[in-house]
Formats: sequence, structure tokens, C-alpha cells
Amino acid sequence: MSERIVIVGYGMAGSRLAAELQARAGDRKVTVLGAEPHHAYNRIMLSTLLAGKIDEPDVELAEVVGHGVDVRTAVAVTAIDRAAGEVCTDDGDRIGYDHLVLATGSRAIVPPLPGLDPLPERVVPFRTLDDCRRILAAARGARSALVLGGGLLGLEAARGLAARGLDVTVVHPIGHLMERQLDPAAGAVLVDTLAGLGVRTRLGVTATGVAADADGVRLDLADGDSLAADLLVLSCGVRPDTALAAAAGLTVERGIVVDDRMRTSDRRISAIGDCAQHDGTLTGLVAPAWAQARVVAQVLAGDDPLVRYRPRPMVTRLKAAGIDLAAMGDATDGGPAEELTFTDPARGTYARLRIRDERLTGAILLGDNPAVGTVVQLFDRGAPVPVDRRSLLLGRAFGAVSATPAASPALMPDAATVCQCNDVNKGALVSCWRSGARTADELSAATRAGTGCGGCRDAVAGIADWLAGAEPVEATR
Amino acid sequence: MLLRANDGRVEVLPRQFPTNRGGLCQKGWTAADLLDHQDRLTTPLLRDRPGGELRPASWAEAMDRVVTGIRTVQEGHGRDAVAVFGGGGLTNEKAYTLGKFARVALGTRHIDYNGRWCMSSAAAAGIRAFGVDRGLPFPLADLGRAETLLLVGANPAETMPPLMRHLADQRSRGGRLIVIDPRATATARQADLHLQPLPGTDLAVANALLHIALTEGWIDREYVAARTTGFDDVRRTVAGYWPAEVERLSGVPVADLEATARALADAGSAIILTARGAEQHAKGVDTVTAFINLTLALGLPGRPGSGYGCLTGQGNGQGGREHGQKADQLPGYRRIDDPAAREHVARVWGVPADTLPGPGVPAYRLLDSLGAPGGPRALLVFGSNPVVSAPRAARVTDRLRGLDLLVVADFLLSETAALADVVLPVTQWAEEDGTMTNLEGRVLRRRALREPPAGVRSDLAILADLAARLDAPARFPTDPGTVFAELRQASAGGPADYAGVTWERIDRDEGVFWPCPDQDGPDTPRLFAESFPTPDGRARFHPVTHRAAAEEVCDDYPLHFTTGRVLAQYQSGTQTRRVSALRRAAPGAFVELHPDLAARLDVAEGDEVRVVSRRGELRAPARLSPTIRPDTVFAPFHWAGAARANSVTNDAVDPVSGMPEFKICAVRVERVES
Repeated sequence: MSERIVIVGYGMAGSRLAAELQARAGDRKVTVLGAEPHHAYNRIMLSTLLAGKIDEPDVELAEVVGHGVDVRTAVAVTAIDRAAGEVCTDDGDRIGYDHLVLATGSRAIVPPLPGLDPLPERVVPFRTLDDCRRILAAARGARSALVLGGGLLGLEAARGLAARGLDVTVVHPIGHLMERQLDPAAGAVLVDTLAGLGVRTRLGVTATGVAADADGVRLDLADGDSLAADLLVLSCGVRPDTALAAAAGLTVERGIVVDDRMRTSDRRISAIGDCAQHDGTLTGLVAPAWAQARVVAQVLAGDDPLVRYRPRPMVTRLKAAGIDLAAMGDATDGGPAEELTFTDPARGTYARLRIRDERLTGAILLGDNPAVGTVVQLFDRGAPVPVDRRSLLLGRAFGAVSATPAASPALMPDAATVCQCNDVNKGALVSCWRSGARTADELSAATRAGTGCGGCRDAVAGIADWLAGAEPVEATR
Repeated sequence: MLLRANDGRVEVLPRQFPTNRGGLCQKGWTAADLLDHQDRLTTPLLRDRPGGELRPASWAEAMDRVVTGIRTVQEGHGRDAVAVFGGGGLTNEKAYTLGKFARVALGTRHIDYNGRWCMSSAAAAGIRAFGVDRGLPFPLADLGRAETLLLVGANPAETMPPLMRHLADQRSRGGRLIVIDPRATATARQADLHLQPLPGTDLAVANALLHIALTEGWIDREYVAARTTGFDDVRRTVAGYWPAEVERLSGVPVADLEATARALADAGSAIILTARGAEQHAKGVDTVTAFINLTLALGLPGRPGSGYGCLTGQGNGQGGREHGQKADQLPGYRRIDDPAAREHVARVWGVPADTLPGPGVPAYRLLDSLGAPGGPRALLVFGSNPVVSAPRAARVTDRLRGLDLLVVADFLLSETAALADVVLPVTQWAEEDGTMTNLEGRVLRRRALREPPAGVRSDLAILADLAARLDAPARFPTDPGTVFAELRQASAGGPADYAGVTWERIDRDEGVFWPCPDQDGPDTPRLFAESFPTPDGRARFHPVTHRAAAEEVCDDYPLHFTTGRVLAQYQSGTQTRRVSALRRAAPGAFVELHPDLAARLDVAEGDEVRVVSRRGELRAPARLSPTIRPDTVFAPFHWAGAARANSVTNDAVDPVSGMPEFKICAVRVERVES
């Protein structure tokens, strides 16, 4: 009998695992159970959907149905019967497994504020496609919005709503935005950047209560102020969805505890993605979830018995029209390290990099930093940094070979190549002139300079002019 | 080029022609130097016993030896035990005749050619998407009018200098040039924007560009609906390639990805061209497909001044891959496994269709099977030097040494010819008539300008003589004009239809663009304006996904290795290394590395270094350059012996095209202690 693999959760981790399994040879039956009614979608694109640039079908991920994979959407798993090796679903079905993978993800945290239980219609967390639909419904005809929470997701939501033309204010309890990734100086630059995009910020103040009715929503703040808007988006963090695992008696701390092979305390059950806690860490990002999916697929397919999940350093990236932010590692640990900084607040540019043993240990790059791709890659791969550190700040603009010709032919050495295509140097052109060639065309005809790509024709003409000025033509040749 | 014969001496001059526009690089200028070169072969050479020396022989003796050798192998091991290996530099007439010779005179399915290592990935991707493979579906001059031009893994400033005139034209009209290349090449340095990805990540970059086009609403939905199929699968696949993820993978900043996508999307006309840098990978077909997907989603192919194209690598790279040198192909770009195609071609050749063999195997697999159990035991090589140009070349050299019979037709003693049992001296370009088909699908003339030296025969004459001695059941004309007339018939009705092309028409019209089915009808400078040559007339999207290179870096081999050309040399260097002016310009091999890497390895400019992979090593002096990524080293592939770059390269091949992974493998670099 073929091996039965059941995946609980059809989000980015679950769908990726199904695809990884499908791509591998072997006799197995994969069943994916998704609680949400729709196709697997790319959560990272939800803020773009919020901004109104794309439609719902555009966020769908590649389909994995067929070839031994059975995807059932709008089916919630209610319990795991470990003794029987079965999961129970809300439509009364029991599905047997040889191996079970939990990819249940995480849920948005609704803060314990007065007025949020039950959640009013104009107050929506920002997490799922359904949340996105609710926000868009509430935003229709709205002129203003509040976002509670100035982390990555909150700022993405704020930017998306601002792009729809809404007047947006972000309220954040800490003194600077994205405090887990940024230092205060970067946070200050980011505030200015957001202001330019029409997003206001209220920092260092906690919310104390919410009042909502059919006309609007009011957010009360600890400093006594109150903010009014047409809708309120909650972005106060997420909590791994561990209910199923906990009820089944698996070891659960903040997330479902897994080993290096992504196995839970039950060898027949794995967990991946946001719901999994590996080495004391929750990830919450897509890249590690996909890496974990790959490990489980390799383990289940038996193609590499030694495979282990090795977390890679996290890189936080916020990139949208008008914002370019990359944060990685710990740029503020204060320990002994080389530090590079560059600040141009008027243009919204900030860079802080820390280097130890020729490796990047952390970086914050905000604004136009042409080396951001290089910095991300060097950090990701733990590769040595350039000897000339300036290239980390200035990128390709620095150190590249200049194609500009010498200011004057007089300053060029005779051996300087003028025409690459035909390997002609200045000396050859000069001696050709002395043999009687008097125009750029004559120089070209005699030396072949300028007859290949044609890129040096101006340089040949410049040399002809210079020679004409420097060496007056004799009356008789 | 224009040729002038003066007292028997041939002179090369540039010619005002729409493709090169009066440009000629040093290789062109000096092409005549080889006609009377002291190393020119003018007599057949024979090796009497394995390990013996090559000695001059008469044609009669040499041909006897070849025929006896072929017969012996055929009798002992069957017809498939004799194989043929061709080249992308052969004229259409030779390429056509070589394919016919293999199928009819030898009756072997084993024929392939070095073009497999050149354009095969782009060819396969083009056929998969458009139903046809023509390097450029539009005239080259269209490049000059493109508002945005994206070059992927192409370095024409060094590999095809006259093409740069079209790029200069494009720039002077205000067009934008964007180059994707791991090295800041002479071409990349002229670009408005240069993306410098880690080798082997072009596919992901293309998918990210399409992802951005999707999220920004730049897809040409009308075009996608009316002229293509399969977009939904591609749309869902590229949803997983958001720019930040691809930035981390490739090192290309998100802002540069966005700028590139925008430049392509908001241009009135835009062209994407790929070349070997993108194509010579074990995922070359999918990489090209990713860029084709992007052009289709933006509605470019078939729109005036827009579309996808690929840059040719060899003199007759286009024509050489249309008329039967490929293992799975019959003339006119027909498939050898298509019963109707077999019927048609067999009728032209005057043989029963069921006598034609089936498809063979791609070049590297063919060479790797030589002398192995069940593999061919005799090989005839025309216009190729695999000892230098094959991937994992040391292994290929061993395979060639293990043959019962190796016959090489060449006009110089190439490294492959030096291993042969029989070497047959052939004519050069200025001594023969024929046609070539350039990257635009434009059929051009080659004209005989002088008599070949005494003792030299044309490839056509050799094949005809061999066919007669082997009692071939078909005629093999030696006159190129007669061969071309037969080629026209054989190609009639195929995708690359030459039926209406005549030499007179080529002379009159500055070349003729295929397909040209009718002598009195039009040719086809631009394809796809109305429809695509697929069964339903629509172009086909294919979802493609990034995967790691066949060999990734590790602790023992921590650097990426990539190969390519230099300006003053060509291919395996057999010809260009013998031209003194070119040797002065590019005297020897080198290993290019970043100064930071060199400092870590304690290597100074000019130090002899060793580049070691799991398959072999090359030795050459170090050349330090900030234009290459510090995690990547480069070496040109024109040199033989200790400096042979292909001793190092990986023989992993693309599953669709058979293209080897020349452009990326894992190496370590060491300084050679003197």
C-alpha cells in the first residue's frame, strides 16, 4: 500500500510541501486539508492586493492537484487521533495517515482592549485573504484608516491603504517603528519616508480602548487623545496555531516543538512553518517555511537520510513604491565590531552595517542603497565583505571600471588601446598620421580603428583633431 | 564582408550590409591569413597503428582506410556503430549533405554537432513557445528602434562587435540598454543598468520580473487572452518569486528588478535577447522560457520592433541547425520521428522512408558513449574540435582515443585532428560556394574567390566519394548549387522552408528570410505578426521554476566557475590562435578573478593559478579585475592543453536540449608555487 501523507493547512507552507512531494518520485498518496475555502495564495502579495494594484486571482500560488495529491479546501481538522493514526474533520470524515504534517500557521493577535470583543465590523486584523476582503469592504467609501501596530505587516497595510487614497495613521506603542529590526535613527528616517507617502505615525503611546459604530471607529490612547477614522486595522503580531497539536498531547511551547528533521514529539507527526518552534525560535517568514517543507519532503521521500533543517539568518525586507528597507541580523548589539554608517535624512537614506571577522553580523539599509543586493547576499551566505568597505554603501557606482576616455589625447600613453575590436593603440594612430593619413576616415581605413563596433569613432576623430592641432600639416606631403 | 582577390591573394574588406553596417572585427579583417597559412593541411594524413605518428598519404590510400574502417566497424557492430559529428560553421549545403550522408550512406542514427553546445537551449525553448526556432524573428535593424533592449548573458561588444552599431543606434534614439551578466563585461559597462546576478540565477530573475509586472498591473491581458495559452499556470508559479526573495538568491537589488520590469513594460517597443550566458546551463531551456514568458505576458512577440530573440554563436549557427545535423532532425527543421516528414525527405532522397534511421542522442551523450559497450566505435568529424570545446574535455578525449576509427576533416591540425587515424584536408571559405543563414533567418551567399591549394578537397567532394565507395542508395552531388536545389526541395513545407530561395534572389535582395515557400512569393523578415506556427496559432506559456546548479559550491570547491570568449579569439582557437595579429591581441589564456578574492588567495596579477573542479584542472596566469563578482572566477575557452577551460566544466546537461552546463560549476583556485 502506498504511504499516506496528510498535510493539515493549505497555506504557503502546506502547499509548498505538497509541491515538493509531488516533484519527487515514489508511491504515496498526499492529502492536503485547508480550512480556508480558497486556493493557496501568496500572503506576501496581500498588501499589494490591499493597494488595489492586483486582483485576487493574481495572488494564487501554483496548483499541485493531481499526480497523487488530493487537495480539499474548506475542510477544518477538528482533532488528531494519534492512536488510530487518523485526523477528524468538521464534515465528519476520518482520514488515516502514515505521516501527518501540521502546517496550521498562525493567527492574528487581537489585543485585549475594551470594545474588541466581539470584533466590530469596522475593526479588522490583517492576516488572511478573508481579512483582506473585509478590509477592502470596509475601505470602500472610506476616507481614513487607523493601523494599530507599527511592525512590518502594519506598515505594509498602512502603505496599501494609503495607496488607495486613504488618510492613514499608524499607532505604535514603542518609541520607534519596527523596533525588532530597526534602531531609533532608522526608525526616524522611516517616519519621514512614510509621511511622504501620506502615512502619519503616533509613536510611544498605547491604545486603551476602541469604540465603533455604523459611522466610524474611535481609538482611545493612553495620553488621553482619541483618534477617529472610518476603519481600524489591527496588526499586533501573530500567535502560532497550536490548538490541534496541544489537544493531541504533542509538546507545545510557544509553537509546536520540532527537531532538526521537523518532527514533533510524535515521530509520525511533523510541523512546519509559522506553527513550528525549532530550536526555541518561531520564524513567521516564508523563506524558512519553504526550507522546512523541503526538509520534510526529503525525509519522507527518503532521498537524503542525513538531511537536517539549518535555519538561515533572517532578512526583513519592506519594498514598495517609495520605501526600500532591508534589515538583517543585529545591527545594534553594541559588542565589539567594525561599524559603517551613512545617513542622508533629507533623501531618506540610512545605512548601518556591522562587521566582525570580515563578515556582516547585521545591517539596516533604508532608502536608495545600491549595494542592498550585495549586502543581503553577503549576509545570507556568510561570505567575506569587500576589502574596500565603501562598495557596501555605494554599490556598483563604486569600483567599476570607468568607460570614459582620457580627457585629452595628449595625456594618453602611446600604448593605450583606442580600438578594442581591432586592437589599435594611440601610438599606431599617431604613426599612421605621420605616414600621411589626415582625417579620421583615413586613420580608420589605414589602421582599422573604428571599423568593428564603431564605439571608438569619436575617440579616433578626437585624436585626428588633436594631431591636426599639434602637428600642422606640411604644405607638401 | 567584401572580398577582393589580388594576384591570387584574398583581401577582406567590410561591406555596407544591413546586419554588420560596414563593421568588421579583427577576426574578420584577418580571416584571409589562414588561407595560405604555413600550418594549412594540403595532404591527407594517416596513422598506421595506434600510438604511431600521422604521416602524409594519398587521397586514394586515405579514403580506402576510411571505407575499410567503416565497413569493419559496421560488420562487427552494426550501422549505429558509426557516428558523425558536425559543426555550426559548415555551410547549409555541407550541413544538409552531412545529415543525408549519415542517414542514407551510413544508415546510422548517430549524428549530432557542436551547435548542441551553442544554441540548443534557445532553440528548444523557441520551438516550445512559438512553434519555430529562428534566432531573431525580426531583422537585426529592429534592435536599433527598440525603446528598451534587455540583453541576458550576452556580450556582443566582445563576441560580435559589429552588432554594437545597432545598439549605438538604439542609444542615440534615446533607447535604454539593460544587461544581465555576472561580469561587468564591455557590453554591460555600456548599459544604462547592469544587473549582476550570481551565476545560475537568471531564471529566478526572469520570474521576478514577471512577478513585478503582475503586481504592477503591466500584463497585456488582451494579448495574453487573444494570442497565447497557459498563462494561468505561469501566473501562479511566478507568484512565488517575489522580488525580495529573488534579491537574496541572485544578489540583484529589488529596485533594479523593478526598474528593469518597468523599462520593459512602459516602452513602446521592447526586445529581450538571450545568449550563451543564460542558455549554457542544465536548466537553459527553462531559463530561456522564463524570459519568453515575460515577453509574452508583456505582449511583445509579433509587435513591431518588439519580441524575444537569441544571439547566434557560430558562423552558420542558424542554418547549421535547420537541415539535419541534429540527432532528431531532418531538413527544413523537420522532426525525424514525424512520419510525414520522413516520407517527404525520403522521396527527395530517392530512398524508402522506412530505411531512414530514427533519432539519435545529443552531442555530449554521443561523445560520452564512444567506444563504450553498445556505443559507436567509429566517428567522422567535420568542422569541429571537441577535444577543446566539449565539456569535461579530458573524458571526451579519452573516449575519442578509445575509438576503432576516428576521421577528422579540417584545414588545420586541430587538437581533435591530432588524435585522428585519418585527417582529410578540406577547402576554406574563400575556396567554396554555398549559403549560410544568419541569426535573422536571412539566407546569405558564400562565394568561391580562388582555387583551393593542390591536394585539398571540399567536404562535399569527400562525402560524395565516401558515399559512392560505400554503395550509398542515393546520389551525393558535389556542386554546391546542385546541393542547394535539392535542399530547397527537401525543406519545402517544413518550418524552415527554403523552397523559394534561389542564389539569384539572395544576390538581388540582400539575402532572403525563411520561411520562403514560393519562388515568386514573399519571404518573411518578421514572424508572428498575425499568428504563431503552432497547431492553434497561439504562443504557449510554460511554467518554469528555479533550481540550484547541477553542482553547487561547497567547502572543498567554494567558488563559482564560468567560461566565455575574448574579443580576439574564436571557439576552440584552432584558427584564431594561428593568426599573428590575434595572437598579439590575445596571446594566451588567463583566469579572471576579483582583487579581493586574489588577496585572500595570496595571488598577484600574472601569478600562475590552478582552477580545480571535481573533473579536472586548468592552469593559467591570474588576471585581476573588479568587474567580476568576488565569488566567481572566469576563464576563456579558446585554449588547449593545460589552459583548457573545459577540463574543468561540468558535463551535466539540460534534460530537454542536451545543453551542457558550461556556465557554472564549483571550483577552488590555488596559486601554483614556482
